[in-house]
Amino acid sequence: MTGTGLLNFGFEFVEIFAFIVLATVGLAVIFGMMGIINLAHGEFILVGAYATTFTFAAGLPLPLAMLSGVVLTAVYGLVLERLIIRHLYGRLLDSMVVTWGISLVMIQLTRIAFGNTAPGIGIPFGQLPVVDGPVYYLVLAVVAVGVLGGLYALFMWTDFGVRARATMQDESTARSMGVDTDRMYMSTFAIGSGLAGLAGALYAPVLTVTPEYGTGFLIEAFVAVVVGGASVLVGTVLASGLLGTVNAAVTNVAGTFMGQVAMLIAAIIAIRLMPDGITGLLADWRENRGESQ
Amino acid sequence: MSVGSSDGPLAAVRRPFEGPNTMGNSPAFWLGFAVAVVALAALPVLFGLYAAEVGAVFLAYALLGMSLAFIWGYCGILSFGQVAFFGVAGYAFGIVAINAATLTGLTLALLAAIAVSTAFAAALGYFMFYGGVRDVYVTILTLVVALVLYTFMGQTAGGEWAIGDARLGGFNGMSGVPDLAVGIGSTGVEIGLLGHYYVTLGALVATYLGLRALVNSQFGYAMVATREDEDRTAMFGYDTTFIKLVVFTIGGAIAGLGGVLFTTQNNYVDPSVFGITAAALPVVWASVGGRTSLIGTVGAALAIQFVDYRLALSGSEWALVLIGSLLMFVVLVMPEGVAPRLHEYIVEYREDADPSPAPQEPPAATEEVGD
Repeated sequence: MTGTGLLNFGFEFVEIFAFIVLATVGLAVIFGMMGIINLAHGEFILVGAYATTFTFAAGLPLPLAMLSGVVLTAVYGLVLERLIIRHLYGRLLDSMVVTWGISLVMIQLTRIAFGNTAPGIGIPFGQLPVVDGPVYYLVLAVVAVGVLGGLYALFMWTDFGVRARATMQDESTARSMGVDTDRMYMSTFAIGSGLAGLAGALYAPVLTVTPEYGTGFLIEAFVAVVVGGASVLVGTVLASGLLGTVNAAVTNVAGTFMGQVAMLIAAIIAIRLMPDGITGLLADWRENRGESQ
Repeated sequence: MSVGSSDGPLAAVRRPFEGPNTMGNSPAFWLGFAVAVVALAALPVLFGLYAAEVGAVFLAYALLGMSLAFIWGYCGILSFGQVAFFGVAGYAFGIVAINAATLTGLTLALLAAIAVSTAFAAALGYFMFYGGVRDVYVTILTLVVALVLYTFMGQTAGGEWAIGDARLGGFNGMSGVPDLAVGIGSTGVEIGLLGHYYVTLGALVATYLGLRALVNSQFGYAMVATREDEDRTAMFGYDTTFIKLVVFTIGGAIAGLGGVLFTTQNNYVDPSVFGITAAALPVVWASVGGRTSLIGTVGAALAIQFVDYRLALSGSEWALVLIGSLLMFVVLVMPEGVAPRLHEYIVEYREDADPSPAPQEPPAATEEVGD
């Protein structure tokens, strides 16, 4: 592979990795914490995108517009959690069905309220030298890594993180130790929603914002969550890395569409070999090693 | 108990279709069922050909809904991708039928389409259940399969995406799919508009009765046991993985049958059958009607699609909002669905009226079903 070829592959990988991480992380936080797959994930992303587009069109600078997208989505998630989702804890399949209902309503309400198009935002920062692509994709990658780092810090180093992980592992014990688990669920859901909003906000300049905008993130997000397994951070990173590498390598040789196809085939093989996801396999492996020692 | 008794002459006919796994084992239920079928059969007579045209689509949807109620309600496999089999069968029929638009060809197309959707379901089911994929992961994987098909079929607009004379057509879809026909050589029937309605209705009724017989058979008991507690059922020596595979495959076949009838009615199929909105509909019907009640799901499919159609006719955009809200409302307020709830009321009412427990519907069995 030549120098530029390698650079192209690297850029492709960075672009796809960032997309998968950002699309997945909100879903993964909610799934890892409560075991709920939020079928309205795409529409949370949609809220972030619309909030960004419209506040930007109203004259807010882009970073602030994006921030407002994140905050609005988090608040939105909080409201939904209080009104609907909290009645469904412990009812996994029901919660998926209900969030799908939310998704249908939101897509259609968006269409009724805003029509089929939204004002566009130009891609900031211009083009990269050497590699064919905008600088903005590198910014996205930095943000993606920053989000992962931030989540790691939040869950590992803060008091909140300890409580959240305790709730995740054993709710009743956590509650008997004085953790307000109800509140933990509420805040985790809000964080997950905010992260979905972040994905929507960040990709608003790149992808055309329509009522179906959120659906464009779903395949990657669902596949990465399933491949990653229940452990939020490790799962997301490893799954995004694996899927991103396959996708980028094939895209580089055979084009975007074949890259997508190869990624899905890789995902299918991964799920066949590791039904509990990569982190499920890691947990097994760790257990076996513990036994043999 | 207003009508007849279990010793009536029809009891023997009814017996294979009755048991603890289905609601509605009373003569009154069957009378209502007969009235409903007659009313559906009379629809084209009362409202004309156009009603038959629209009605056939709803009936095809009802088959799709029933396929989900069967696998979800009776075996606990929640598939969000039943539309994948529905659409794949539609496309398969189109591809064969456009290339071989003779009587023999169209008969083969029908068989091929159902074979393809069945094989697809079997392959996906084998892959999932023997790979140890469970619960939520099954649900998400099936949805991803449908979404991937949507994306894939959407990019087949180019001329290179043609199989023989059949152009897949990308988002514009595959048009010019011939009507259904059955025959060999020059002997056979082409099924026209009115015929198509009755064929669809017949397929729906036959599938309904067939599934009722199946869920009340030994295999049906094993299915329900798998739903209730898979590990325990496996402990008793049942091959639960195989049971799930068989159930999922049958579900795929029924959805495929619905897909063929849907495609031949419209003479057209496009990727939106795989889309996220289309994929949600079977889940809505089964949740609202009651997934443990095949007839409830059918009723919900017909009613919801009828309302959706009327709203679309009047130019309203609120149908999806209504459908989504209905779904949320039902799951929050009566998670088991409308039909099982109604059934509970009826059983209670009968018990109040008649102090000795009714022989046809032991309350204990009812509770199990209502789970």
